[in-house]
Amino acid sequence: MRYLPKSPAERQEMLAAIGAKSIDELFSSIPERFRLREALKIPGPYSEAEIIQYFKDRAAENSNGYTSFLGAGVYNHLRSVVTDTIILRGEFLTSYTPYQAEISQGTLQAIFEFQTLMSQLTGQEVANASMYDGSTAMTEAVLMAERLTGRQRVLVARSVHPEYREVLKTYAKNSGLLVEEIPFAANGTVDQQKLKIALKDDVAAVVVQSPNFFGVIEPYAPLAESAHASGAMFVVAITEGVSLGLLRPPSEADIVAMEAQSFGLAPSYGGPFAGVIASRDKYVRQMPGRLAGQTTDSEGRRGFVLTLATREQHIRREKATSNICTNQALCALAATVHLTLLGKEGLREMAEQNLSKAHFALSELLKIPGVRRTFDAPFFNEFTVEFPRSVKIVNSQLSREKIIGPFALGTPYPELTKHALVCVTETTPRAEIERFAGALKRALEQPV
Amino acid sequence: MNEKIKKVSRHINQNEGLIFEKSSPGKRAFELPPLDVPAADLTKALGANHRREGVPGFPEVSEIEVIRHFTRLSTWNHAIDLGMYPLGSCTMKYNPRVNEFVARLDGIATEHPYQPQELSQGCLKILRLLEKCLLEITGMDAITLQPAAGAQGEMTGLLLIRAYLQKQGNPRKKVLIPDSAHGTNPATAVIAGYEVENIKSESHGQIDVEKLREQVTGDVAALMLTNPSTLGIFEQRIAEIAEILHAKGALLYMDGANMNALTGVTRPGDLGVDVMHLNLHKTFSTPHGGGGPGAGPVAMKKILEPFRPVPILVEKEGGRLALEPVRPDSIGKVKAFSGNFGVLVRALAYILAYGPGVRQATEDAVLNANYIRKQLAGVFELPYSLPSMHEVVFSDAIQKKNGVNTMDIAKRLIDYGFHPYTTAFPLIVAGAMMIEPTESESKEECDQFIDAMKSIAEEAATNPEIVKTAPHTTRVSRLDEVGAARKPVLRWKPASPRSEAAD
Amino acid sequence: MAYPKNYRYTKEHEWIEVKGDVATIGITDHAQHELGDVVFVELPKPGAKIEAGKSFGTVESVKAVSEIYAPAAGEVLEANGELHNTPEKINSDPHGAAWLIKVRLSNPAAISSLMDAAAYEAYIAEKGQETSA
Repeated sequence: MRYLPKSPAERQEMLAAIGAKSIDELFSSIPERFRLREALKIPGPYSEAEIIQYFKDRAAENSNGYTSFLGAGVYNHLRSVVTDTIILRGEFLTSYTPYQAEISQGTLQAIFEFQTLMSQLTGQEVANASMYDGSTAMTEAVLMAERLTGRQRVLVARSVHPEYREVLKTYAKNSGLLVEEIPFAANGTVDQQKLKIALKDDVAAVVVQSPNFFGVIEPYAPLAESAHASGAMFVVAITEGVSLGLLRPPSEADIVAMEAQSFGLAPSYGGPFAGVIASRDKYVRQMPGRLAGQTTDSEGRRGFVLTLATREQHIRREKATSNICTNQALCALAATVHLTLLGKEGLREMAEQNLSKAHFALSELLKIPGVRRTFDAPFFNEFTVEFPRSVKIVNSQLSREKIIGPFALGTPYPELTKHALVCVTETTPRAEIERFAGALKRALEQPV
Repeated sequence: MNEKIKKVSRHINQNEGLIFEKSSPGKRAFELPPLDVPAADLTKALGANHRREGVPGFPEVSEIEVIRHFTRLSTWNHAIDLGMYPLGSCTMKYNPRVNEFVARLDGIATEHPYQPQELSQGCLKILRLLEKCLLEITGMDAITLQPAAGAQGEMTGLLLIRAYLQKQGNPRKKVLIPDSAHGTNPATAVIAGYEVENIKSESHGQIDVEKLREQVTGDVAALMLTNPSTLGIFEQRIAEIAEILHAKGALLYMDGANMNALTGVTRPGDLGVDVMHLNLHKTFSTPHGGGGPGAGPVAMKKILEPFRPVPILVEKEGGRLALEPVRPDSIGKVKAFSGNFGVLVRALAYILAYGPGVRQATEDAVLNANYIRKQLAGVFELPYSLPSMHEVVFSDAIQKKNGVNTMDIAKRLIDYGFHPYTTAFPLIVAGAMMIEPTESESKEECDQFIDAMKSIAEEAATNPEIVKTAPHTTRVSRLDEVGAARKPVLRWKPASPRSEAAD
Repeated sequence: MAYPKNYRYTKEHEWIEVKGDVATIGITDHAQHELGDVVFVELPKPGAKIEAGKSFGTVESVKAVSEIYAPAAGEVLEANGELHNTPEKINSDPHGAAWLIKVRLSNPAAISSLMDAAAYEAYIAEKGQETSA
């Protein structure tokens, strides 16, 4: 087998050196009755070409040739081929967690650069080396706020991504956290009146997302003020990081939980992505996950090490800030490479293109009779529109024209049945936006 | 440096600063195609939300500088592609490149989790086949592929146990964890809302079955067991352990980190395990990438199936696959979407490459570990005499007499061209040296490792200083971890006349 | 380093110096030596109540965290703010400048049951022989 570097003769030599007559002897500690006598019933062995063919066949059964208008937490953005050139280098791809700093300086410096970029983007003082994704980053941010305030109630905007809220609920059930949802107002932003009413001095965190699930940009200042006035922490979740190329960051936030998928990570049917937690220096000892810190060696040379490890599971065990061990390091590296390629100007330009294309798309769609804009508030690259009929039916008609239509909001938000979340990024050509508008018009002209 | 060292010679790797230090306004590394729609009026569209200038401090460099920067950084790393990485319980095996190729295919890397299911049958088939293969390998009845890593898998497993016991009326209070366990185990138990009760190992590092009998009360929800243990030794009385737990209505959770000793040879489901997680980034060859991503699927017996995280993959009429988002007893979701799909693709590619022959990988892994054990026993102290499986744990007791400890030996190993083994874990062995070669090491590489270790042992006896001050051949020597923890510097900041400069 | 004769000591390696009903508490030279370079200390705030035998804070090195146990019950009057910026004082002057907290004792008489300097020195000598080198 091509992954096994042994010849039969070498195996014999090694067995002889051990003093065993057969390999079975080396498994003698497993009780006889539990040792398998037959081979596992799994397909293979496949040669390299057969493996490739298998996956090509699966790829052909997916959405090739369709243009998508889906966002909702996973975004199509341009990625440079340079990113893969770097992360496919064996020294990055096949190396381990950098516990032995002297032979992992490449990984450690890259993490330090990632932490810096994430801090700069989010307007915070410090960021960690990654969490699993945005949804678990948000959950861990809430748990962090719970530890820091000693309080048990959490107010989460209903306009936060539905799956993020589900993940938070799953974790909250077992940690005694009481999660309450704050509704959205008529313009799609968090209902500030309802928030104020709910805010008592037992709230650990107020959690909002911006742009929120409907694409609407939330006003940070008044929300942060309300939260802080009652001693709660202000936690901001960000699912579309490219927005930070144009939008001012949540510097009022105590903790930011961001999904880094938009920074050079392919959609890949939902993962692997990379979560980010960013916060203030004074809270760093309550931050979960790994941290790379700058230091010097015995000759005064600059180097980097994993630091503040006493927060983590391998030292603190049951008192750790989190159980996380393996994170999303290679994805964070991809994001680091991607962002250094884009640079200051590139990210800003990408964000501007997203905004412009989304505005263009909205204006085209509003020309269609029956299509209405749902929320009258600023947006970035996603917006919500209302159709005169079921979104699912419209989407199945669009599908016949090789268009993957917008996200139907009716399932997570029953009061928004017939509303759809449209996403347009820099990757959507004008011609496709116009084709989408044309196809939608035709779909709505069909008899019901 | 002496001539005994065959593997490594000093090689040139260049110095390289932080990318921010190479930044200069006006440099670009990436250009976008021109905007093909009217540019939006930013002030009108965004108002007060607008960030007027770009992200402060963001780098501005050219493409060649990005390539050079990260290429130079990469040369500072050791990696499996360069040589052996004998980290215990990490299973640093070869990361097949075809896995990288298929994960990047158009139609695989490009799919959106919310696209219509009729347009995702390829993705769903991949998930279904992986589920079936992992169920066959583990001998379990049901599985979830959602958890993003082993620790998340552990949490999912405990939440399944909690939900199951809750449904019967009492979730119970405690989880028993052996003192040899990986740190994620107790950390996870607490997150799942349980108290941790330690159970001491007996003199061979195995679970003390008599103690277990006493400790399993009606308050105990489960025992978290790693098998083989973190000493690399098979838990010989596992069937009995399962019976004791089941008799009191408790469950047996198995930490599958050491599956590389069992795949194709035995099945945890047959041993009495109720629920377990797998580490795809260990046993199933997906790359570690400097610390992740991984995947931690959780396989379980039928009794836990109703509580699985949603969505659930089901087969419908005509062979069509669908993801069902609602199940009344589900614990919910542990992560958005369906899991680290790209990692799952790589694991399936690995399984398909081996097919039923995957047993050979397990046999070679155990062969390598035992070969190393045989050659080094006596050179280093072997604290436990029971047979090793895929990893062997020595201690530094012999070398300690000269003031040389496991960390020193590990650092000196770097000078011989190897990544260190796992130091100081498991906690039950003082001065532990945990060595797992995996099946990816040739006899030649194992022999070089053995030679290096023997040479270091000799140095510890005759010239301990050279070991205690190792490594000597790396671009940085031992780094000041104390300073890094006392005054953490966790990001670059631009130097300004009055600020504390970055460097 | 000498163990001050007027201090009392616990089995968990804390020292306590009593003046009337106010006590100063710290960790011993033996403790700091076992811990290695101290990087961080977590202490209770003034007003917090501490219970005899229960943990009231932690001392951290790079690779380990140690709980600090209260030799006696009382209310915290002051925590040593200097240790936040210079935790290394615990290594260099554990019995003096690196005191951890000052408390008002609820029961000053309880101190007499703790070890005196001679007893503590004997205790750590005995422990040294038990553990392997």
